[in-house]
This record gives sequence, C-alpha cells and structure tokens, in this order.
Amino acid sequence: MTNRTQWNLEQVTQIIASLKDTPGAMLPILHGIQDTQGYVPPDAVPMIAEALNQTRAEVHGVISFYHLFRTTPPGKHVVQICRAEACQARGARALEAHVKAKLHIDYNNTTLDQEFTLEPIYCLGNCACGPSIRVDDDIVGRVTTDKFDLIVDELTTVALDLAPLNPVRQEKKA
Amino acid sequence: MSIKVYVPRDTTTLSLDGNRVALEIIKEAESRGEDIQLIRNGSRGVFWLEPMVEVETNQGRVAYGPVEVRDVTRLFDAGFLAGSDSHKLSLGKPEELPYLKKQQRLTFARAGIIDPVSIDDYKALEGFKGLARSLQLTGQEIVDEVKASGLRGRGGAAFPTGIKWQTVHDCPPDQKYIVCNADEGDSGTFADRMVMEADPFMLIEGMTIAGLAVGATQGYIYLRSEYPVAYDILKEAIDNAYAAGYLGSDLLGSGKTFDLEVRLGAAAYICGEETSLLESLEGKRGLVRFKPPLPAIEGLFGKPTIVNNVLSLAAVPYIMSEGGQAYADYGMGRSRGTLPFQLAGNVQQGGLIELAFGPTLRQLIDDFGGGTASGRPMKAIQVGGPLGAYLPESQWDTPLDYEAFAAIEAVLGHGGIVIFDDTVDMTEQARFSMEFCVEESCGKCTPCRIGSTRGVEVIDKIRSGVNVEANLTLLDDLCDTMIHGSLCAMGGMTPFPVQSAFKHFPEDIDKAIAHSTSAEVH
Repeated sequence: MTNRTQWNLEQVTQIIASLKDTPGAMLPILHGIQDTQGYVPPDAVPMIAEALNQTRAEVHGVISFYHLFRTTPPGKHVVQICRAEACQARGARALEAHVKAKLHIDYNNTTLDQEFTLEPIYCLGNCACGPSIRVDDDIVGRVTTDKFDLIVDELTTVALDLAPLNPVRQEKKA
Repeated sequence: MSIKVYVPRDTTTLSLDGNRVALEIIKEAESRGEDIQLIRNGSRGVFWLEPMVEVETNQGRVAYGPVEVRDVTRLFDAGFLAGSDSHKLSLGKPEELPYLKKQQRLTFARAGIIDPVSIDDYKALEGFKGLARSLQLTGQEIVDEVKASGLRGRGGAAFPTGIKWQTVHDCPPDQKYIVCNADEGDSGTFADRMVMEADPFMLIEGMTIAGLAVGATQGYIYLRSEYPVAYDILKEAIDNAYAAGYLGSDLLGSGKTFDLEVRLGAAAYICGEETSLLESLEGKRGLVRFKPPLPAIEGLFGKPTIVNNVLSLAAVPYIMSEGGQAYADYGMGRSRGTLPFQLAGNVQQGGLIELAFGPTLRQLIDDFGGGTASGRPMKAIQVGGPLGAYLPESQWDTPLDYEAFAAIEAVLGHGGIVIFDDTVDMTEQARFSMEFCVEESCGKCTPCRIGSTRGVEVIDKIRSGVNVEANLTLLDDLCDTMIHGSLCAMGGMTPFPVQSAFKHFPEDIDKAIAHSTSAEVH
C-alpha cells in the first residue's frame, strides 16, 4: 500500500469530482492531481477510472504515455535539463554530465536527501539563450556549470530557512 | 506624472533574471523618490539583448540592454529615466535597432510594445479590427478572404489554411471546434511562445474569427506544459477578453458565441501531430490516427474541427483587417506572406526575425546572426526542428521558401534555424535524432517504434567502426523503411536529419571511429 500520508485523499477526491464532467477530463484531472500532490499516486488510478467510467488499464495507459506524469513522489525541487538540439549546440551535453555528477543521480531519479529530482526535457522554447534548464516552474537560460552550482547552493540554503512542511508545488494552475 | 518603465515578462527575459531586474528597478526608484510605473511587456524577440529595459520619454521609447541586476544603480545614475544615452547599455530607440528595422513585421507588429494582457493596449494598435470586420461578413466571405491571402499552415506542413477552413465550413451545422496547436515542440522554435507571451489577444482574435467563419462555438488552445509562463499569460488574457465581451455568448453585442479554453499537454512531442493532439485533448494516449477521415470532417470528439498552428491563427487578424491581398503581396512563389524565422542554437544574436519568404538562409544568418556565440566557424544548420535536415554550407544559398527547401530534401517546418559550430560531431547528432524518435514515438507504427531503436544501434556500430560500409547500407535501408512505412511525420521524417548528417558530413564518420578506437586504447 502507498503511504496515504504522502498525499491528500480528500483533495484528490475533490479534484476528480470537480473536473470529471468537463469534455476530455483525463488530462485536466491528472494535471490537477500532480500539481497538488507532486505526482499521481497509484491509489488514485482506480478513483479516476471509476469517475470517468474507464478501466484502470486505460488510466494507467494515459499516465504512462506522457513523460510529465510521475507515479512516485518527486524531490523538493524538480530539475529538468533541456536535451534538444539548440541547447546541444550550446553545450547541453557537458552541462548534463556535470549535473548528473553534481547531484550523483541519473535522469528520472531523486537524490537520497529528497532535495532534487532530475528529469530530461525536450525543449523549453528558450532556444536562443541555451543551454536551458527548468527548476520547478522557473526556466533558466545560458546555464554554465558554475551557474548551476550556484542555483543548487541557493535552493538548498533557502530550503533550510524557508522550506514549507509540505514540499509540493504551489497550486498555480487551478 | 509617473515615468513608464518596461521590463518584459516573457520566458527568455525571466530566464535571464528579468524579474530581479524589475524588482531592483522598483527598489531603486523608491529609494530615490522617483515616480515610475513599471509595465511588464512582452519581448520584441531580440533575445540577445534581453532583459531589455525600455523607458517612455518625450521622444518615444528608449531601450537599454542586456540589463543585469548589478547595472540598475548605474542606469539610474546615468539618467536613464530621462532617456539619457550616456550609459554603455544604451541602445537608443528600440524600433531603430537594425535587427528590428530590417524585418517585415505583420504578425509580430505589436510584440514587445504592448502590455500583453491589456485590451486597451491591443486596441490602440489595430487590435480587434479584424474581428469587428468579420462580424459584418458571412462565414463564406471570411473563408474567401483567408484563401485570398495564400496563407499556408505555419506548423510545418504548409497546407493551405483557407481550404481547411472551407472543408469545415461546408460540413453541415453541428457542434464544430477550433483547436489551436500550441504544442511547439520543435527545438529551435519559439515563435508560438512569443505570440502567446507578447500578444495573446491576437491569437484569441484569430480563433474567434475562425469560429465565426465555420460556425464553431468552442475553441481549445492545446498548450505544451513546458511553457508555464505562456500558460499564465494566456489565462490572464482570456479572462480579460471574457470580461470585455470579446469572448463568450454575445461577442461585441452581435449575439454570436465563442468560448475558449487552454488545455495543457503533458510533455509528449508527438502531440504536436494534429491527430495525436486530438486524441490527447479527448483524454487518451496521444496515438496518431489514420487519415481519412480528416480532422476537418471528423476531428475533436468526432466533430468537424479546424486544427491550426498558433502562427496560422495569429496571421488571421491582419488578413481580416487589411485584406487577404495585403498579406499575399509579401512572399515568393506559392509561399505567401511572412514567416517568423527563429535564430537559435550557437548564435551570437539569436531571436525572432519575421520576414517575407524569399531571402536565402545565408542572407538571414549574415544580416542577423552576428556569427556563432562560441566565435568558432559555423559547420551545420538544422532547419525545421528535430525532423528537419542538417544543411552543410553548400546549401545555405537556398531561398527560404517551402518548395525550394523541399527540392533539396529539407524542410522549412515551423521556421526554426539551429546553428552548430565546428565542434559538433554530426554522427552524434544523427544518433540523437534516432534516440529522440525512440523517446517520442507514439508506438503505433512498427518502422517508427522499432526502427528508431534499431537505428540507434546501427549508428552506434558505425561510430565505433564495426562493418562500417555494410552498416551504412543497412542504415539507408532502415531509413527508407521508416520514410515509406510510417503513418505520420515522426517516423517518416526522422531519417531526414540522420541521412543528411551522414551524406553531407562523411568526414565525421572517420573522426568518430578514430575517437572511439582511441577511447578503447585508453
């Protein structure tokens, strides 16, 4: 069983109920859940399936099709590195190697201290000012290895001072 | 009276610390007792000068850039609020910047000038004129005007927009939909993002006109989730349009209805393909559909649907207010109007360049690019996104025109131009194209789903010197199967960058082999 304390059953139930009647409700529901809980808890799958009158397999099929949706809780911060061509032309491959070494993790993993989850991303649309990364909802351009280290330092320092108890992203996309 | 200061709020400016620059300006003004009004405009697309701060003076706006937080105090000291040109970041009047002056901006005429969510700003610069005129016309008259413009789909496929509209128009009255494809996944492109972040009402107006033309009352903007800033600005703009009567059940008192909603994608490149996008909007896996039926006849939820790219819809307000002929007067051959080219990758002066079709790739790069960012010689240019060919210098004199590019087995696509310097290993780029297809294939067609994995393996063998000749033949054969055996452009065009890389840069094969054997020795 998933540890229920990691996600808010009541909130998820409410999100599903409020969106289930919109046309093509699946993605809005999945976004709503991931935005508030940080991921789509496997135990939410049967709830979504029932609300949308679909099978669990269908819901799982949608979740697994899209790179965005995760089924395990992310770290406090999600770092995405652009792997696409325009950033490659500006040294994204070297940056990618540096980030993996700095955080001691590969893509789609979370650091042991639960601070950072690292993910690949294919284009942030900031192609004239690469290499680009996204840290939570912020996109950062012309990222050098030094600049990346600075971002990590700032985030870990701020986290000590101001970290909210619940490390999920603010609900901006309501 | 307070002095107007502009700091853009688009993704690129924010990615270069624009918010902190804005806050610093407010703080500095307060401490000096200066009365300023800070306006968050969109970017003009001169991305190499962002964050570009502008000040409104008696002589018009003057610009400074690129401004960093540490420059702010000195800008105040130098009298930038009075438009002084004594600071080293002074750029003079933004519209006089050669980078902007040499462009032909129709779609991006307002970008960076207005506050993107202000209806008053939009209306002050010709906004909603096209809608006002369209409300006086029949659906067929609107479709005819779009046909007369010669506008072709700006997403990459270049299908005539007017014909698509005619098909939906001619379907019997029923629920119809306008879907805007804002899943701008091609690397090296950001024109859609710029429309949504700098001038979203233009897109809203274009979609509303499309709705009037074909009798559709509901629109969806399918926006990629990688664009959080565009999402926020679009939502704000849509709310403002509803409040002012430019969306909703009684458009400008005409009794006509058009509702609009933004839907987020979820990081799947394939959802930029129109039928995959429709599946995704319906809440399913983004599997590509067979055509026919065309989406124009059986699209979203099985109903007649216009699926148009952001730039196609954004071109419509101009066409409707100035007339189709005014738009068609730009361009060459069958490529009418303008295309916003996007200069990206390893380039000194990256940004958005809207020009009529026709100049050569080399002219564009020479006139605007300013060389590579690294200062090294250019080696290859990929035009048209991850499914577009890599062009060697011998092909840079090709005119920027759909047909001219097709003739050299290349594509203009969505207008993205990505520059690589001489440190690039083209065999590595070819490998990436296949790897990207592995990652992003929807999995429906075998040549795309399996072929791309086999492609990565074969390229790895070539790069490490295993049976090179035989494997090159095998790769050609595989590419041929992908091109002819895939349902959509994902599998059908992935071979373009792969084959062009091997064909035009054969010397890189030997280099890769030498590199891999020396790596083994060590």
